Amino acid sequence: MSPRQASIVHLSNALMFDGSFTVAKVGVPLLGGALIGLAASLLYATTGRIAGVSGIASGLIGGQKGDRAWRLAFLLGLTIAGTASLGPCVADHTASHAPIAATWLAVPAGLLVGFGARLGSGCTSGHGVCGVSRLSPRSMVATMTFIATGAITVQLLRLLGVRP
Amino acid sequence: MMAISFAGLSGLLFGVGLVVSHMTDPARVLGFLDFAGHWDPTLLWVMVGAIGVHLPLRRLIATKQARPRYAASFSLPPRSGIDTKLVLGAAIFGVGWGAMGYCPGPAIASATTSLTALTTLAAIVVGIALHERTLGESARPLRLPRMSKLRFRDVDG
Repeated sequence: MSPRQASIVHLSNALMFDGSFTVAKVGVPLLGGALIGLAASLLYATTGRIAGVSGIASGLIGGQKGDRAWRLAFLLGLTIAGTASLGPCVADHTASHAPIAATWLAVPAGLLVGFGARLGSGCTSGHGVCGVSRLSPRSMVATMTFIATGAITVQLLRLLGVRP
Repeated sequence: MMAISFAGLSGLLFGVGLVVSHMTDPARVLGFLDFAGHWDPTLLWVMVGAIGVHLPLRRLIATKQARPRYAASFSLPPRSGIDTKLVLGAAIFGVGWGAMGYCPGPAIASATTSLTALTTLAAIVVGIALHERTLGESARPLRLPRMSKLRFRDVDG
């Protein structure tokens, strides 16, 4: 096999979890993503609003009186879905390979997420899904930026021994 | 009332999508960001699925509907360029995201089932509030004294 062929095989293996393609490993995230896309489309078609969670939350925290009900409804729906775990539990035999850092990290991490999301006018749903779907250059830049700094942070925390 | 109901339904669907695709599992999210380690492409497929559905549907909605079904007009993000705030904000967000694997959506969805998620969410809320107070639209503009005329009186911005 040529080096070029080998790297293609390597990439396809990585995308499909070590070459063992199953419908579950690719299809389930695709389906979940499709649901997210559908939800965003529904919100847009009915209320004209963008399904950016940080924006929806910030409007609830600091917004005007008349604008709060739909936001609360959306976030409540989100919470209920998570609580009930209505999604089918697909047994995934792939072990998690990235252990989470210590819990004390939750406070500074959350502060950065909240502040950064508003400073940057969006988060993974706002920029990553909705903004990119609009082909917004702003959102594409934002998405690439937070993926990059996220990746760097993962490596940095590993280097510092905060995570294995 | 219809708008509120559909917002609630949208949130519910969104949450189901997050749970089904394992995006409420921070380990999966961090696995995607772990490019140099054992890479987990799950989040990539989620994005492909989400954009794959939302991009064409959004276009369809824009062409078929002059306005939203239950609102006066479509909310459009403010037209601004790629500025420092955008890049800096995204960079900061990414650091926090890469630290715990939580962004607002999954944190809210998991708040009732994970203490870590709840703690992260509380901090996210504080972070959002901090921004609103200091740099948000309702915050007062920063008034800085001019350096050349810095005195204890006459500081009029």
